Order: sequence, then structure tokens, then C-alpha cells
Amino acid sequence: MNILNVDGVSLAFGGVHALRDVSLSVAEGTITAVIGPNGAGKTSLFNAISGFYRPQAGRVYLEGSDISRTGPPRRAALGLGRTFQNIALFRGMTVMDNVKLGAHVRTRTGPLAAMFYLGRARREEVRIRSEIEREVFDFLEIDHIRRSPVAALPYGLQKRVELARALAMRPKVLMLDEPVAGMNREEKEDMARFILDVKEQWGVTVLMVEHDMGMVMDICDQVYVLNFGQRIAGGPPAEVQQNPDVIEAYLGADDMTTLRERLRGDRGAA
Amino acid sequence: MDWLFFFEVSLAGLGFGALYALTAVAFVVIYKATRVINLAMGEMLMLGAYMFFGFAAALALPIWAALILALVGGALLGLILERLVIRPMLGESPISVFMVTIGLSSVFIGLVEIIWTAAPRSLPSFLPSDPIFIGDAFVAPKTFWSFVIAAVVIAVFLVLFRFWRGGVALRATASDQGAAYGMGINVPMVYSLAWGVAGLLAAGAGVLLGSIAGISSEMGFFGLTVLVVVIVGGLDSVLGALLAGLLIGWVESLAGVYLGGEYEHLVTFMILMVVLLLRPWGLFGTREIERL
Amino acid sequence: MRIGSPKETYAADESLFRTRTQWVWFGILLLSLALYPFVANLYWLFLACLICINIISATGLNILTGYTGQVSLGQAAFMGVGAYTVAWLDNNATTPFILNLLAAGVMTTLVGLVAGLPSLRVKGLYLAIATIAASFILQFVFINWESVTRGTRGINIQPPQLFGMEFDNPDTFYWLVVPVTVLMVILAANLFRTRVGRAFIAVRDRDISASVLGINLPLYKLMSFAIASFYAGIAGGFYAYFFGSINPESFPLLMSIFFLAAIIVGGLGTILGSILGAVFMTLTPELLRYGVDVLEPFVQDASALLSPVRTLVFGLLIVGFLLFEPHGLAEIWRRVRRFFHLWPFRN
Repeated sequence: MNILNVDGVSLAFGGVHALRDVSLSVAEGTITAVIGPNGAGKTSLFNAISGFYRPQAGRVYLEGSDISRTGPPRRAALGLGRTFQNIALFRGMTVMDNVKLGAHVRTRTGPLAAMFYLGRARREEVRIRSEIEREVFDFLEIDHIRRSPVAALPYGLQKRVELARALAMRPKVLMLDEPVAGMNREEKEDMARFILDVKEQWGVTVLMVEHDMGMVMDICDQVYVLNFGQRIAGGPPAEVQQNPDVIEAYLGADDMTTLRERLRGDRGAA
Repeated sequence: MDWLFFFEVSLAGLGFGALYALTAVAFVVIYKATRVINLAMGEMLMLGAYMFFGFAAALALPIWAALILALVGGALLGLILERLVIRPMLGESPISVFMVTIGLSSVFIGLVEIIWTAAPRSLPSFLPSDPIFIGDAFVAPKTFWSFVIAAVVIAVFLVLFRFWRGGVALRATASDQGAAYGMGINVPMVYSLAWGVAGLLAAGAGVLLGSIAGISSEMGFFGLTVLVVVIVGGLDSVLGALLAGLLIGWVESLAGVYLGGEYEHLVTFMILMVVLLLRPWGLFGTREIERL
Repeated sequence: MRIGSPKETYAADESLFRTRTQWVWFGILLLSLALYPFVANLYWLFLACLICINIISATGLNILTGYTGQVSLGQAAFMGVGAYTVAWLDNNATTPFILNLLAAGVMTTLVGLVAGLPSLRVKGLYLAIATIAASFILQFVFINWESVTRGTRGINIQPPQLFGMEFDNPDTFYWLVVPVTVLMVILAANLFRTRVGRAFIAVRDRDISASVLGINLPLYKLMSFAIASFYAGIAGGFYAYFFGSINPESFPLLMSIFFLAAIIVGGLGTILGSILGAVFMTLTPELLRYGVDVLEPFVQDASALLSPVRTLVFGLLIVGFLLFEPHGLAEIWRRVRRFFHLWPFRN
């Protein structure tokens, strides 16, 4: 069953078409990747799905219900978690508070209860604290930095904290925007393992944008390719890899052997 | 209804509006070039007027010399502020920079009151005082001449803004700072230029305003009305500043006469609230596309 | 030197003070607050009461400006709403003191909500501008709604009464205002242990990605504005009771700048900063007054300089701290503390 459906989404800024009639579907419990050259509209697609951009046409369905007219906070509450391409952590807060912020959608305390910090407010705070400790910090191995201000952390750890924050939302669909960009090989391997574990242990569906072909080919069940705002291919990785349109989009030529070698090379590296 | 009276009130309002427009242009120049909302604009204007007062009354210099010195002083003030206070704040949140300008306004008020006391004073008059009639309508000569001067200054400014190298550099920086830098425009220089020009315009407006309404340490309040003007016109629109300046001047004048003096500013701030609710980017401003 | 502080439950680790030392210091603070009236003279008690009123208001403004990132120049005018509410109730109803004070808070919250509506449409600085407008509109109301405010003549308020006692002096008023201040500060501190406070900070740091994480931006901006207004209302209510009379000139724009200066000097986005800033800014004019007294024999009309020098110093403090010590006194305090924590192993 498909947990997320994007149906004919078009998005334009002024005269620039960021997305043209893009459709894709994400099956529950899978890892799906959206790939494409720079400027192909991948992040725009993410923003349209999480509700930050309002597409001019098309619909987005989560678990079969139409969320096209729903605002970003509500979509988050319905189960869309995400991370950002250029890390959007709250720099004035500790790792702990950043991750707790992810649990915002699952908690209810209002301002008055918060100020008196009695009863439910207190219980709720302690509950999400212990959940985060047990489920997220242990899992992502970041319990040693829980009180560090995020601004002081190295890049790789910041990416991991951002993943932790998204997981604290307990999302149904986890959207990752370039989860391993800028990482070294070891960090990439760690991240790939975490993503696979998210799928297998948490049962969370993953949709990601990624440039690293090796990782995409290794861990994804389904791959969609965007080019100039249009979907040019979609299917299992092995199939997409052979698709002449994809090869042309990436190389600007139909030199298949070169691409195949390159893809294989990347795969070896990752 | 007495249409002649209405016409006279309107003319007086437009005369005042021209001063709003002039100061608003200074405001917009700073905003376009440096993205700073300068709450101390009114106090810069006040300092210009007091400098003129100091040179003309206390030092007894000839009017033209005092005027030139006040304008140069205003420009210098802008340059110094940019260099000492604004530039070190580059990269800080806009809110911090905004609060710095609030602090500056308080500093200037304190300075003026220490040097000249808080008592209102009048500027030596230098505008022609022959009564002016447009048709049958009487216009106070000071208002008329300050309108004319403001209009001329704005016209000169617009020409420079459009065709002079510095004006072009300023517009380029306003539209894309990075690109301007890449094209070899000296962006820090543009910052200084913007603050210098704004300081000069503000000082000029201060002298004109002072000669119409007298000067006091509270005349910086004028700056708050100008803030309303630029919000209504659109923070980054020179055209908006000009039209909104005239509009607010006109409306204030009508409100003051027909509703009573205490309604003058109430109406202004009511207009501001309505604009903020309905069209927060102003009549001619750019609606910013938010990005992640 | 202190090393670690092990805990057995998450509840303990989530508490307001996490170490025994912090509890001890808090106890010492409460004790000295209780002993203060027995050693201080009337002048210092007067100042203590004033500081408390300012702490309440500054704490509220810091929630809005320091934590949520929305500048307000309306804090003084909102205090005015609270003060006039108390004054009106005092003159027209026989409701008890506590109820009047609460009514002041609630009334100001409602007015604040209306004034905060523009912030829903726009970001950051526009709210500051809207609050300037709100200040002037409120000022207009204070002057012209004669039947309620008695216009420019002002309005008198009877001293508050509680349990048959009358709090008409700083030495009695102290026992009223200090506990409430302590309570209000703790309430504010609690706020930032929970999701509500975190949402405020998220709005400040990155308001767009906050919304993608499920935070309803308009709701939290408005909520922050409402809470800041409530604090202003309570502070204004105390102000009316404390001074016994108010008029439209009691709450000028300069007073709003005073509170902005207080939180900047003290430290934006810290509870401690609101306290330090309010203390510092209340004492600064007293220090200036002292300086003027010293100058009196040498400078002609030195006392006339007091008000302009105060205006100048407020401005200089705002500019100076933002340029050179943007985290305020709270950060200086932290540095001093860290030095002693690590002493004598590092210096």
C-alpha cells in the first residue's frame, strides 16, 4: 500500500517552472529516493510535500487522505517528518531541546500548565524525555552530547541530531534532504546504517533526496529521477540505472558504458 | 462644506507631506542599501536642525553658511554612524540592528537636551515671507517654500539615483548584494554612501521642518510618522515613499483641522495598523518570497 | 571545583535547579529577601519595590523579545492598561486587591492580543512598528477617555488591602510585591522547561523550519505576546498601587525603551538576564542622581541635567551592550561562575 502519493504537482515561481506535473508514490515500509542533477526540483518537491510551498496544480495524499490544502504544522502532526539540506537546527538550544522540539507535535501542554509545571505538564515532559533517551539517543548514539549546544558540534553530528529531531516526531514518513551530503566515508556508512535501521526497526517509510549514487543504489527500494522539474524515470534502482533518459540527464550524452562504470565506481566507494 | 478652506487645508497638508516624503526617501535609501530599519531617522533630522540652529544662532554665521554646515554635518553624522555602529553589526539579526537604532535615538535626544535643553526654540527665518496664493487659496509662505525646496531636492536625488555612478551602484547593491560585489562594486563604500546621503537628506528636512514648526528635543517624533509613511508606501520603494508621504501629510492635516489636533497622529497610526493587517509590504513594496 | 551530578530519574534531571548547590543558593536568596526589610531603610525598600515591578515587566518583555524574537515598544503602554484597570476597579468597585491585580493582567492580555494581531501577517520588525502604533493609540485613549481615565488630571488609587492590613508604605508593600515577583519569575522559568517555551525559541531561531516541525507560528507568536502583556499588566497594576496615582504621562515611550534596555543589558533570552537588567537599570538613574549631587557645587543647574543624562545613558547602554556584550550581564555572570567552578585548575 502507498503511504504517500504525489499526483501531478506543478510549481512555478514567477515564470520559472520548478516542478511540472510530477507524480510519484511511496510504498509503506520502503526507502524511496528522488535523484536528479542540481536544480532538477528535488528540494522544491520536498517543500511542496511538507506544505511549505503551495503548488499551482496537483495533489498530495498521505495515507489516502488529501493534504494539499493543509498547512505545514498540521502535516507534521499527521506524520510527515523531515530534515533539511543545509541543517536547520535551532542554534540557541542544546541537542536535548532540539530533539525534544521534534516531539512537539505529540504533546499537548498549554501555556498555563507549562508555567505551573504541575501534573500533566510535568508528566509529559518526563515522558518524552525518557522516550527520547531510550528510543532516539541510544539508537543514534548521541547520548553523550545531549547537553551540548548544537552550534558547537561537528557537521556530521549535526546531521545526526537533525535526524534525531525528525525521529522524535515519530513520523509515518521520514523525509531526508541529502542526509549524507558533505560527509566522509565513515560517516556516510553510519548514516546509511541508521536509515536502514529506521526502516527495519522503526517501520518508518523513508523518502530521501540524495546525490550519492552508491548509497541510493545500495539501500533504496525505489528511485525516482527528476530533471528540469519533470519526472523522467521511476522504478527499482537496477532498472533506473539502465534507463537511457537518466543516463542522458546525468551525462548529457548517451555514453552508457561510462555511466555504468561511474555508478559501479560510486557503489564501490560507498 | 467650504471647498476653499478644504483646499487650503489640503495644500498645507501637502506642504508638510513633502517633508515626510523627503525624510522617507532618506529612510528608504538606508533600507535598500543596508536592510536596516533606522528608527533614529527622526533624531538624525533633529540633530540636523539643531546644528543649523547652533551655527546660525549661537555662532551667528550667515544663513547660507549655517545651512551648508548643517547639511555637511548631517552627512558626516550618517557616515560616522555607519562606520562606528552599523558596520560592526553586519551579520547580526535585523532585530539587534533595529534595537541599536532605538538606542541611538535615545542617545541623540539626550545629547540635544544636554547641549540645548529640552525647551522648544525657533529657527532664524530664511524663507521668503510674502503671502502666497494659489488661485484664491492662501498658502503659508514657509510651507510653500519648503514644499518647493523639498520637491527640488527630491528631483535632484532621483536624477542622481538613476544616472550617477554612485546611484547605480546603490541600486545594484539593493537588488543583489552578492552580485554587486562580484561585479566590482565596493559594497562597504555603498553602505557609507547610503548613510551619508540619508544623513544629508535628513538634515535638510530637519532645517525645513524646524523653520516651519520650530525645533525641540521632541521633534524626532516626526521620524515615527515617517516610519508609518515608509511602511504604507513600501519599505523598498522610493515612489511609494513619495506618494505615501504626501498622502499621510494630507490626511493628517485634514484630521487635525476637521477632527481636532489630538486626532492628527491617531489617524496616522490607525492607517498603519490597517496597512499592517491588509497589505504589510506596503502599497508599492516588494512582497518577499520566503525561503528556507 | 564541581564534577558531575548523578541522578536516578529523568524527573530529577528535568528539575529547575539540577544541583544541590543551586538549591542552596536559591534558599539563600529567599532568606536574604526575607531579611532585607529588617536591615534596609525606607529609601532602599522603595527601590526594592520598584525593582520588583520592573523585574515583572522585564521578564514579560524578555519572553517576547529575548525568547520569541519579536521586538515590542509597547511594554510601557501595556503597563498603562494594567494600571488604569486597577485604578478604575479601585474607584468603581469594591473588589479585593488580588482580584484587581488579576483583572489588570487579563485586561492587558486582551488588549495585547488585539495589538499583536498584525504580527500574524508579518515577521520580525513589523511587530515592533505595530507596537509603536499601539502605544500611541493607547496613549490617546488614556488622555481622551475621560469617563474612565479622568484624562490628563490623572487618577488616584487607594493602597491595597489584604487580610485587614493596609500596604501603604514601601516597608509593607515589599511583602506584597516580592512574593508575587518570585512567583512570576519562576512561572517564566518553568515555561522554558516545556514544549511551549521551546516553541518560542524555535520561532525566534528559524521561524520557517519551525512550522515544518509542527509549530503553529501565528499561535505561538500571539501566545508569547499575550504572556508578555499579562506580565506588563501585573507590573502596571502594582505600579498603580505603589505610586497611588497615575496619569497618561506615567507610561511614555521612553519607558518602553527603558525595558528594552533592561533586557538587552541583562541578557536577551535568559530569565536571569531580566532580573539583572531590571536591577541594573533601576539603580542606574539613582547612581546618576548621586553623580549629579556630587557635581552640584561645580556645575550650574546640574539637577536639570539628570533627565537628559539618563536618556543618553539608556541609549548608550543599549548600543554598547549590543555591540560589545550582546549576551548581556547574564553572560558576564556565567563567565565569572565558570571561573570559580574550574578554580584552581584553570584560570
